[in-house]
Amino acid sequence: MNVDAIVIENIIVMVLLTLLIVVAVGIIMLNDLLTAVILSGLYSLLSATVFVAMDAVDVALTEAAVGAGISTIILLGTLSFTKRIQKPQEHNNYVALVIVCITGGALIYGTLDLPSYGDPNSPANSNPQLAQHYLTESKKEIDIPNVVTSVLASYRGYDTLGETAVVFTAGIGVLSLLGLRRRRRKEDPLLTEKQQRKQQNEDN
Amino acid sequence: MLKRNVQQRHRVVQVITKFLIPMILLFAFYVQFHGDFGAGGGFQAGVVFASVFILHGLIFGEARTRLVLTPNTLRVLMSLGLLLYAGTGVVSLLLGGNYLNYSVLLSNPVSGQHWGIFVVELGVGITVAAVMVSLFYCFSSKRNFVGHISHPIDENELNSDG
Repeated sequence: MNVDAIVIENIIVMVLLTLLIVVAVGIIMLNDLLTAVILSGLYSLLSATVFVAMDAVDVALTEAAVGAGISTIILLGTLSFTKRIQKPQEHNNYVALVIVCITGGALIYGTLDLPSYGDPNSPANSNPQLAQHYLTESKKEIDIPNVVTSVLASYRGYDTLGETAVVFTAGIGVLSLLGLRRRRRKEDPLLTEKQQRKQQNEDN
Repeated sequence: MLKRNVQQRHRVVQVITKFLIPMILLFAFYVQFHGDFGAGGGFQAGVVFASVFILHGLIFGEARTRLVLTPNTLRVLMSLGLLLYAGTGVVSLLLGGNYLNYSVLLSNPVSGQHWGIFVVELGVGITVAAVMVSLFYCFSSKRNFVGHISHPIDENELNSDG
């Protein structure tokens, strides 16, 4: 890649990150929760675009589907339990502000030690036993073109098994709290008799 | 005056949704089974697959989606996906390999890896899709939230709309 392309890519990523900050500030400032939920979907979509710009298409697809899609719907569902407009804040909590500032500063200070993006000398990239093995031997050992999938499902199969178990456990947790039973409903005139009987059976 | 209920008012959206549903389903299967070659995999495909049922629930009412995909089916699918994943590991144990070492699944280690990844990704997809749809059922069954948000007016007004 020549220097111009790198500069252009950096500009694109910077613009997208700036937009992310703008959207985040918008979410904080808004009192209208519905708009805030929609903006959080936009936030995820922008992050997905950043991931595409950084050539992480698998992560981008996940972020777009989960963050912009499902989360927005679930948040909208949560919103139906409460009111659309946020209650006005009556007092300012300066202690919380100080704690948040210190934590944020510590986190930013921590990122200074991280290797820069795409650094070939970072531990993850320079370790010949691990990353290089995945990249060079994957073709011979697993023979599928997408190395991300071969790392995810085969080399790091335990991790993915754990992740699936986490999703499963989260699902079970929500089910045990909220339950899948439906509230009593009125008759739906567009359904056939058989379907209505099925619904009633399900209710009982 | 013609009396219309909420369902009939959204006729255009309903027709468009019927066009969209098979396309999104096809895309979900593409992401699931083409994940070895391009972007995607079980997790993403599961979410896309679930979004079909969520879309159906939003447009046609969640009561009808429950007839297509019943909560009991979801409960079974949720566990089935995880069992499929963990079971693949057990099978490779029984065939003399390490847990989740797909190379021993078939006589040719590389095709063993192919099939192992295929089954495991399918398990992830099934679990994720089932969990996402049940989350949607959980939240939407408490109140008809679509109607609640897009039409913040009371039910009588909705029913007598002319």
